[in-house]
Amino acid sequence: MNDEHMRIVIVGHVDHGKSTLIGRLFFDTDSLPDGKMDEIKKVCEQLGRDVEFAYVLDHLQEEREQSVTIDTTQMFFKTKKRHYVIIDAPGHVEFTKNMITGASQAEAAILIVDGEEGVQEQTKRHAYILGMLGLKQVIAVINKMDLVDYKQERFEKVREDLLKFLDSINIKPTYVIPISAKEGDNVAKKSEKMSWYNGMTILESLDTFSINERPINKPLRYPIQDVYKFDEKRILAGRIESGLMKKGDEIVFLPSGKETKIKSIEVFEGQKETAEAGECIGITLEHPLFIDRGEVACKKNELPIVADRFTANVFWMAKQPFDSSETIILKCATQEVECNIEKINKKLDSSTLKVIGDDADELKEREVGEISFKTKEPIVIENFNDIQELGRFVLVKNQDVSAGGIITQK
Amino acid sequence: MDHLDELESKSIYIIREAYKQFKDIAMLWSIGKDSTALLWLCRKAFFGKIPFPVMHIDTGYKFKKIYEFRDKYAKEWNLKLIVGKNEEALKAGVGPKDKLECCSKLKTEALKLTMANRQLKALLLGIRRDEHGIRAKERVFSPRNQDFKWNYKDQPPELWDQFKTKQTAEQHLRIHPMLHWTELDIWEYIRRENIPITDLYFAKDGMRLRSIGCECCCNPVPSEADTVDKMIEELKTTKVSERSGRAQDKEKAYMMQKLRSLGYM
Repeated sequence: MNDEHMRIVIVGHVDHGKSTLIGRLFFDTDSLPDGKMDEIKKVCEQLGRDVEFAYVLDHLQEEREQSVTIDTTQMFFKTKKRHYVIIDAPGHVEFTKNMITGASQAEAAILIVDGEEGVQEQTKRHAYILGMLGLKQVIAVINKMDLVDYKQERFEKVREDLLKFLDSINIKPTYVIPISAKEGDNVAKKSEKMSWYNGMTILESLDTFSINERPINKPLRYPIQDVYKFDEKRILAGRIESGLMKKGDEIVFLPSGKETKIKSIEVFEGQKETAEAGECIGITLEHPLFIDRGEVACKKNELPIVADRFTANVFWMAKQPFDSSETIILKCATQEVECNIEKINKKLDSSTLKVIGDDADELKEREVGEISFKTKEPIVIENFNDIQELGRFVLVKNQDVSAGGIITQK
Repeated sequence: MDHLDELESKSIYIIREAYKQFKDIAMLWSIGKDSTALLWLCRKAFFGKIPFPVMHIDTGYKFKKIYEFRDKYAKEWNLKLIVGKNEEALKAGVGPKDKLECCSKLKTEALKLTMANRQLKALLLGIRRDEHGIRAKERVFSPRNQDFKWNYKDQPPELWDQFKTKQTAEQHLRIHPMLHWTELDIWEYIRRENIPITDLYFAKDGMRLRSIGCECCCNPVPSEADTVDKMIEELKTTKVSERSGRAQDKEKAYMMQKLRSLGYM
């Protein structure tokens, strides 16, 4: 086994069996600590219930009593190939913001659909969100096959409906697997009850996915996070979001346009010659420039977009609607700027994907809008498909993150 | 970058975000392995000079070795150490007979008093998602109201390392830079970085402590692991849960949820 850790989110409609599937994955891979099943049995007895695998993850009293996941959870298991971090995302429509919180941290997804109920409102919404977040590695599973007598026709029917919808939002699942999370069919072990299915189990298919590569081969983007002056040294601290840097590199800070050279790359108790995407470091400069948080260090021959107008897809998560006339805070990497909406070009219901209106004047909870923004000051951005780390942002209203946005064009 | 580098980098980013937003911040140091690893990460984040105080909540029931370790490294690492105690409750004789009361008064209440005295608005804590189911539900930046209550039913969204950074006057924020680590990660990091750690964790006479709290409420588990290497080997195979020796988790179902929603760490 190698050192890799892959983060998987499990999404789907409420009651379609996400938490049960995770409980099953842990049980079948022998990942539950001693006493866990006993504890769950005890709690189930106290509540007068049959033993529920879902209790492995649903920990809040309210979650167990109402059999619904409220907040996102993460747990760990491993296969022969590598480690997995499983992110359970709530299926209930009320908790969509928690689902997005979970999904935004994942590299791959399992979309679960109840074989009896078929595709539902949250199946579609969650699938849409996966697409918007840029998740490409997706396994679709048709669950509760035990309830439909493991019938191939039922599987084919649900599969067809699902693929038709996914195709309309440009998601192509790598696998579609018939399973019963409750009974353990095709999760870790191949089902004996569905001899008509010759494909992989969930675990086998997960092991074929690859870990997201850090964007080392892209242009250098080093957003300044803070400036420290604990002694005579003035250190510009930050995380390299993409690319490489080395001592002596000529750099330009944007949006200010100030130019200098990297004098040193600083780490705890030492210095480095080079550093790459993903590393939290500090740098000192050849010239004593005044640089503050939010400036982005780049190389002169690979400049980013600096703009005060751009278009983005925005998913609104807050209860209070987003009024197109209000000024709102936009945060992209370490940049923070006030902005206004120039125009809501169109908005969609995130489940039905019906266009609700062109040129709308507000965005309500769980609506998606294609929005033209105007920021007060120019900022450094990228198209999401080029450099994700600077191609996504959040909007902050009433001190909370209220929306996520993906930059589609300058 | 390997797995530990990635964990470390994510934590350092969070710690620096926290300090950027809150100058009235402190780190909670229980002297256990997690918060000592967090302390190490803070040293790395600020190039060896932690710019905020490090706070130890002293229930009066801690192991003697914990106090010795604390004072030694507070000096060696030049820490701004704050020791917080609920003197009144200790005088009134609060103790581990009633565990909910004891934890609430000597830990949660002591923390409240100390934060109020120092006018702190944010606190860094070394909790991890894999420790306890209820901690798995936590956000990295997690608001608490004036009574320290955690509204776990309506937590703010967190995406792409954009955290809740501003709060209303009544709130304080709990910041959890190590939520994504596991117990095994912690020990592998301690080994790699050579982080000093209290020897209470190491096995003596076939028993060891896996999680350290107060002396009276920590039960050792069977183990032969008397070095970090052996500990790591043990963790790779064990199926005994980490907090199996911690009394307050098991009194009854949802004890931990109750403690946490009331402001427990």
